[in-house]
Amino acid sequence: MQKWNMIVDVEKCMNCHNCFLATKDEYVGNDFPGYSAPQPLHGHKWLHLVQHQRGQAPMVESHSMPVMCNQCANAPCIKAARNGAVYERPDGIVVIDPVKAKGQKQIVQSCPYGAIDWNDELQLPQKWCFDAHLLDDGWTRTRAEQACPTGALRSIRVEDAEMRAIADRDGLEGLRLELGTRPRVHYRNLHLMRAVFIGGTVVTHVDGIEDCLAGVTARLSKDGALVAETTSDTFGEFKFDRLERGSGAHELELDAGGGRRSRHSVDIADSRYLGVFAL
Amino acid sequence: MKIGILMLGLAQALRLLRLTNTAFRERFAEKNLVVQLKVLDCGTARSITFRDGRVSSRAGIHPAPDVVLSFKNARVAAKLMSLKPDHRFNIDAMKNFTVDLDGPDELTVWFAETISMVKALGWRYGTRLKGGITRYTGNTNGGPVFVYVKDGRIVRITPIEFDAEDGETWNIRARGKSFSPPRMATVSPHTLASKSLVYSKERLLHPMKRVDFDPKGERNPQNRGISGYERISWDEAAEIIAEEIRRVKRTYGPGALAFSHSAHQSWGNVNYHLSSGFRFFNLVGFTKVHSNPSSWEGWYWGATHHWGHTMRLGNGEVFGQVEDCLQNSEMIVFWSSDPEACNGVYAGFEGTVRRQWAKDLGMTFVHIDPYHNETAAWLGGKWIAPRPGTDPALAQAICHVWITEGLYDKWYVENRTTGFDEWADHIMGRSDGVPKTPEWAEGETEVPARDIRALAREWGKKKTYLGAGAFGNGFGGACRTATGAQWARMMVILMAMQGYGRPGVNMGNLQSGAPIDFNFWFPGYAEGGISGDLQFTADGPITYQRIPHIMTMNNVRQQIPRINFPEAITEGHATGYPTDVAAINSQFVPYRYPSPGHSPVRMMYKFGASQFGTMNNSNRWIRAYQSPNLEFVVNQSIWNEGEVKFADLILPACTTFERWDIGEWGSGGGYAPQYYTQNNHRVVVLQHKCIEPLGESKSDYQIYVEIAKKLGLSALFTEGMTELDWCRRIWEGSDLAQHISWKKLLKRGYFVVPTEKEHLRVETAYRWYYEGRRKTVPELQPLPADYTEKFLEGLQPQSGKFEFVPESLKKAGDPDRPPVNVYIPSWEGSKSHDLLAKYPLQLLSAHPRYSFHSQADGKDGIINDIEWHRREIGGYRYLICYVNPADAAARGIRTDDVIRLHNDRGEVLFAAFVTERVRRGVIRTYESSALYEPIGLPGRSPDRGGCVNLLTNHRSQIRGGSSMAPNACLVEMEPWREPVATVPVAAELAEV
Repeated sequence: MQKWNMIVDVEKCMNCHNCFLATKDEYVGNDFPGYSAPQPLHGHKWLHLVQHQRGQAPMVESHSMPVMCNQCANAPCIKAARNGAVYERPDGIVVIDPVKAKGQKQIVQSCPYGAIDWNDELQLPQKWCFDAHLLDDGWTRTRAEQACPTGALRSIRVEDAEMRAIADRDGLEGLRLELGTRPRVHYRNLHLMRAVFIGGTVVTHVDGIEDCLAGVTARLSKDGALVAETTSDTFGEFKFDRLERGSGAHELELDAGGGRRSRHSVDIADSRYLGVFAL
Repeated sequence: MKIGILMLGLAQALRLLRLTNTAFRERFAEKNLVVQLKVLDCGTARSITFRDGRVSSRAGIHPAPDVVLSFKNARVAAKLMSLKPDHRFNIDAMKNFTVDLDGPDELTVWFAETISMVKALGWRYGTRLKGGITRYTGNTNGGPVFVYVKDGRIVRITPIEFDAEDGETWNIRARGKSFSPPRMATVSPHTLASKSLVYSKERLLHPMKRVDFDPKGERNPQNRGISGYERISWDEAAEIIAEEIRRVKRTYGPGALAFSHSAHQSWGNVNYHLSSGFRFFNLVGFTKVHSNPSSWEGWYWGATHHWGHTMRLGNGEVFGQVEDCLQNSEMIVFWSSDPEACNGVYAGFEGTVRRQWAKDLGMTFVHIDPYHNETAAWLGGKWIAPRPGTDPALAQAICHVWITEGLYDKWYVENRTTGFDEWADHIMGRSDGVPKTPEWAEGETEVPARDIRALAREWGKKKTYLGAGAFGNGFGGACRTATGAQWARMMVILMAMQGYGRPGVNMGNLQSGAPIDFNFWFPGYAEGGISGDLQFTADGPITYQRIPHIMTMNNVRQQIPRINFPEAITEGHATGYPTDVAAINSQFVPYRYPSPGHSPVRMMYKFGASQFGTMNNSNRWIRAYQSPNLEFVVNQSIWNEGEVKFADLILPACTTFERWDIGEWGSGGGYAPQYYTQNNHRVVVLQHKCIEPLGESKSDYQIYVEIAKKLGLSALFTEGMTELDWCRRIWEGSDLAQHISWKKLLKRGYFVVPTEKEHLRVETAYRWYYEGRRKTVPELQPLPADYTEKFLEGLQPQSGKFEFVPESLKKAGDPDRPPVNVYIPSWEGSKSHDLLAKYPLQLLSAHPRYSFHSQADGKDGIINDIEWHRREIGGYRYLICYVNPADAAARGIRTDDVIRLHNDRGEVLFAAFVTERVRRGVIRTYESSALYEPIGLPGRSPDRGGCVNLLTNHRSQIRGGSSMAPNACLVEMEPWREPVATVPVAAELAEV
């Protein structure tokens, strides 16, 4: 049986919140019996964005990504629910039954992703149901995707084996896979939220004038082994990304050729702009 | 004889409808009246009597008719009674007095609406879906939408995805790749919040009167913004307004009534303030509160003198840049340009996909902005962060490198421009002894000289597009500061040195210039709508000959410059410079308030409520509102916010989803021509009345009808038309009618204009100029008289060429705009040493990313839940304010602290967000707060709503202009430790 999956590309997300707003528009004040009770006007985050900023001026980055119910294939909420109040549909979508789940606050706590909100007025755990009511009505994609201007969100309905192949091919990652929840929301370019970078600026001085130095080879090594190599750009800037947070002492070598080179010890903790290096 | 049969036929049709149609049965039960139809020439006559729900008719003259419709002769009668009206003929008949309508407005309007109902028989609209849902169409400031309605309530509002019936989509081939945009209309964030705003608890649902305002007794203007309100009927409200209009005319004479509208409104060519608003106020006469070119400032007051384009307020051509940039360009410099946050004003995310393509093609991006903006964050590229207001110095240093290293287009400079030697003398320091080197600029901008040199060299060597401002060729950002005119001048000077029009070299950031059809005609909202206004809309030249309607003219020759409205009221005088698109030099001609022989303003009719949030130093507005010089203030708004709470009388308008209208997506027209080139598809929407107006709210058109009835103006105002009739007239007169039938448009709701054939595409902007050809791009500007050599040859400035040292400025004598664009530091900025000692931080307030001006902000809508817009602290949602970590640490401020920003002009509370994305010494937030919520007395206490413009300076950028500079503002900030009162003193609506 083919299952619904969502693929999120972090690099394409620009934090515009169209997905967030479209999803709110769909559920606030609307009752879809069998799928979901109305979402309160404020406070719930069935699908929302998290932002992560890296570095310091002038090398600053800001990334964001939508997070939502992961429609886990091994969903903790299903286990935590009584009376079968949470169930997985044949197409993989996990639904909280808005009648049976009444009063079951433990369902909220069961989600390791914090994707389930508690509706105090209705005494109901609530979350995003992958717009199942729309898909069942003939829609081909979710409201969040429809509203996304960059294609950062893409739902596909495939067999699990095919999804695994796509994930392997495209380097997709899930959130907190160590829990064994087997999420059906997959992320591309997740390193932008998780990994760290270091970067700097190479300059040179000629007749008292400082200029950016382009084309300088920058090598990053750890314990003598080369980790990565790059080249400075027009602005003399070089950057190493996808480094592990807190990976410790590294050595940076800047080589402009002709024997013009320098070596520096770098401790990699968080993302960091290392400053200006004169060659 | 024939005309007698026509009259009988009408009467018989009405009788038949009573028997067969419930709606008509109910309609006829509303009124008792006798309508007399008569032809003066031959004496043919028939009366139709509506009594107790029945309809009868009789040939001949009735002894006591209520309404008399008389025609000069049978020919006129036959044409006017035709089911297929000829509006040109009808207006001509009125003008020549061959038709006359007499009777009380209440009954004449009712009869006209009844006839409209007959004509509308069989009209169906909307698409029926499963589950009792009907899908309608709407149009918003952020894009066209489908509106799903069930049981009279909106279920959802979504973008429109096109189907096979809709017009085809273009394709661009560039560097071995093929690009085509998605077949849908993207929408801005605020559009997706629309449903939450329709059902907002802040909706105004009834006419209200301030409790201590008595038009016949004490008016208590000092209590505006403080006292509460009581509910009154529409009839009472219309009567009070009509009597106040009569009273100020009678007592003071022409000019005593002022009409002021906000910059934006709900979409639609009929209800827009430039349409039915101007039509109504031209019919009563008004002092216009004249808008400065608020989002264009520096382009209008500065760039026009070098390159012309007054009819675009100084912005450039918008043709073909998407194709040229993708095919030929290597780099885009975004200078104070954040298109991903600005949505091209009305254009959803239409430009976004094109910038994705540019990224896929490996183009280089540079972002110059004191804030690491949303476009920079998303696209990546080099971030250069000058001190606010110093950008002109940065640009001059780029010129210095280009001249020193020969990196500019010498052929172009020699053949297509004037004054370069004088400009080069300035840059090289030959005229003032100061070479404008990168090191010099570093001292002004704090941008490392090495970065300026690297940028200049890269730019001089690579084919580069300059995206200046949100559109790429103007708008927003650095044009709205003390050095805004200097900056815009520098932007066009830079591109003249690079030879704009050369393949791959142009103004733009891929936001404008899609290869769409420019010849399909549908009027933009500034092209008059139904206003008939010849003076301040483009109705005359653009619309009238296609959609004939009664022309209207204001009888008052008096204006108030909007920025100085408060002084006009409190001090009684003001001087302004016009936003006049006709010619370059017309902006130099001042106007004064009051005008000779005119009355000062005593009554204010305010449309919308955004000015505390959008006008500078806006505590001044509070003082104006509380002044006894304003004897009466009306506010017509959808929500209870901002200035609404300072009115004596409040009129509840409905949203665009609750009324009929028609409009093309993103099409401004007027001085915003061809804005639709931002869109990947041109989409015209018949905006369905999706639901009934909430409460007692009414469409803007209907509100004017209510007042017009009291003044005997309703027939003139309506021409016997309902809003839907007007929509049909606009369909009929536009190119829509050649492509889609009325009934189909009515049902389907939208039309996608087929894209232009590839071989007919308009060529790239300025290519004609670069190649020295006759102008080929389709634009009706400049005026024929503004060509110097031959019509359609050369640019608008005096020489017909790009002028490095403009002739117009040589004649103007404005010390703030010397002909050579020397760098004059901001009057409230990096060189304001005394003020900096007290207020050391430069405040930037950009157009908001998620809301649209004051629309969709506040109002308890779902935009409030975006934590990058407002942040909830202690149960209140404060507007976000970005603070640099060093500035924050020095003041003990952390993220999600409430902070107080203050200077001598005011104090406002915000939620701090500490980030490396804003350079040191700068704080950045959004202007256009919808909320003004003082925690004590209005005007004399901190505002927690986030009206940042309480802090900004209302000084004009330049002495010889009316030009706002909100981004020239020094403030200090500190953590706010005091508890905030939970109930502001400001007025809460109390129903009595």
